[in-house]
Amino acid sequence: MAQLICKDVTLGYENITLAKNLNFEVNKGDYLCIVGENGTGKSTLIKTILHLRRPLAGSIHYSDGLSDRDVGYLPQQTVVQKDFPASVYEIVVSGFQGKMGLRPFYSKEEREGARRAMKRLGIENLENMSYMELSGGQQQRVLLARALCAADKLLLLDEPATGLDPYGANEMYRTIKALNDEGISIIMITHDVQAALQFATHILHIGSTVFFGTREQYMQSREGLRYIRFHEEEEREAENV
Amino acid sequence: MFDTLAFYFSFPFVRYALIVGTLISLCASLLGVTLVLKRFSFIGDGLSHVAFGIIAVAGVLNLSNDMTLVLPVTVLCAILLLKTRTNARIKGDAAIAMISVGSLAVGYLVMNVFSSAPNISGDVCSTLFGSVSILTLTISEVWLSIILAVVVVTVFVLCYNRIFAVTFDEDFATAVGTPVSSYNLLIAAITAVIIVLAMKLVGSLLISALIIFPAISAMRVYKSFKSVTICSGILSVVCAVAGIIISVLADTPVGSTIVAVDIICFAVFALIGKIRTLS
Repeated sequence: MAQLICKDVTLGYENITLAKNLNFEVNKGDYLCIVGENGTGKSTLIKTILHLRRPLAGSIHYSDGLSDRDVGYLPQQTVVQKDFPASVYEIVVSGFQGKMGLRPFYSKEEREGARRAMKRLGIENLENMSYMELSGGQQQRVLLARALCAADKLLLLDEPATGLDPYGANEMYRTIKALNDEGISIIMITHDVQAALQFATHILHIGSTVFFGTREQYMQSREGLRYIRFHEEEEREAENV
Repeated sequence: MFDTLAFYFSFPFVRYALIVGTLISLCASLLGVTLVLKRFSFIGDGLSHVAFGIIAVAGVLNLSNDMTLVLPVTVLCAILLLKTRTNARIKGDAAIAMISVGSLAVGYLVMNVFSSAPNISGDVCSTLFGSVSILTLTISEVWLSIILAVVVVTVFVLCYNRIFAVTFDEDFATAVGTPVSSYNLLIAAITAVIIVLAMKLVGSLLISALIIFPAISAMRVYKSFKSVTICSGILSVVCAVAGIIISVLADTPVGSTIVAVDIICFAVFALIGKIRTLS
C-alpha cells in the first residue's frame, strides 16, 4: 500500500508554473530518485510534500498509517550553517523537536535516541565536535542522523551528495542505501544520474515532460534515454578537458 | 580605591545601577547569540532608534511613565520589521534602515519643536548615549527591570532547545512541525523588551554593542551553542560590572565605558581564538 500519494500536482509560484500533472506513489521500502534539470521544481516538490508550501493544484497525502510526523528531512545546507557554533550532538538531538509537545527539554529516551542515530551513521565519535569543523561528508551524516531522529519511516533528501568528493558521495549513497535496506522509504533529489540508476527502485523525471516509473522502465523511456545520453556526453567532455 | 568604591556603593543609586546593568547585559547577551547567528543584528540596531523616537514622543506628551508607551510600540515595530523580512516588498535591510533613520529624525524633530525642557541637547545626548540616566533610576524602574529580566531569562531557558532549532535550521524546524514564525516573533518581542530596558543603561546608539559583542567574542573561542550562550552571558555580566565600576571610579559615561570593556574583551577572545586555530 502507498505511503505517499501525489495526484495531479502542479507546482510553482504565483505566476510561474514549474511542473504540471505530477502523479506518483511511494510504497514502503521504495527508493525514489527525483531527477531533472535545474529550475524544474524538484526542491519545491520536496517542500510541498513536507507541507512547507502549497501546491498550485492537485493533492499530496500520506496514507498507510504515515503522518507528517513520520517524515524526516535532509535540507540543502544553508550559508548560516557553515560557521554555526553547534556540537554534533546538539544538532542531532534537535531532530526530536517535533515530538516534544510542550515539554521544554529533551527526555532521557530522546537523548539516547540521538546517540543511537549517531551510532547508526558511524559518527558517534564526533559527538562533541563542532559542526563547522567537520568535513562535508561528516556534516551531511550529522543532518541525516537528525532526520532519523525526527522520523524513521520516510526520508526526504535534497541533494545529499552536493559538495562532496566522489568518494564521499559514494559513501553517502551507500549509507542511504543501507537505511533503505532496513525498510525506510527514501525520496531523494539528485543530479547524479549514475547514482539514481544504481540505487533507486523508482524514478521521477521532471522536465518538459514528466516520467514516473520503475528504474527499468525509465531506462527504456524517451526521457530516460535522452537524459542518460546527455549526461554521458557531458562526462566525456569533462574528461576531454 | 576600595574605600572610594565602598563610599560610592553606600549610595542606593549606584547599587541600583549595578543591579539593573548586570541584569540587562545578561538578557541582551543571551538573545545576542541567536540574533547574530540569524543575521538579525541589524534589527536590534533599528529597534533602538525606533525606541528613541518613541521616547521623544512620550516626552512631548508628558507621560509620567514613558514605559507604558515605549514598550508596546517597540514590540510592535519589532514584529513589523520581522514581517517585512519574510514578505519582502522593500528588502529587509532597506526597511530596517528606513524605519530606524526615520524614527531617529522624527524623534529629534519632535523634541525640538514641542519640547518644553530647557536643555534639549542634553536630553538628546543622554537618550542616545545613556550618559547619566542609569544613575537616576527610581526604585520602581529597578523593580520593573528585575521582573522583566527574570521573565526574559525564564522564557529563554524554557525555549532554549526550540530557539536553537529555529536558529540552526528554519526549514527543518518547520518540516517537523515547530511553529517557526511564532518563535521568530517571540525572539523579536524579547529583543524589543531588552532594548527598551537597555536604553537607560547605554543609550539607544550603543545598545547593539551589548547584544552583539559578547556573542561574537564567545564565538571566537567556543564552538557549541550551549558553551557559546553560557560564555556570552558570563562575559557580558563581567563586562557590565567592570564597566560600571570603572565609570564610577574614573567618572566616565557609563554606557560607553561598558562598551569599551566589551571591545577589549572581544580583542582578547579573538586573539585566543587565533592562537587556538594556529596551535
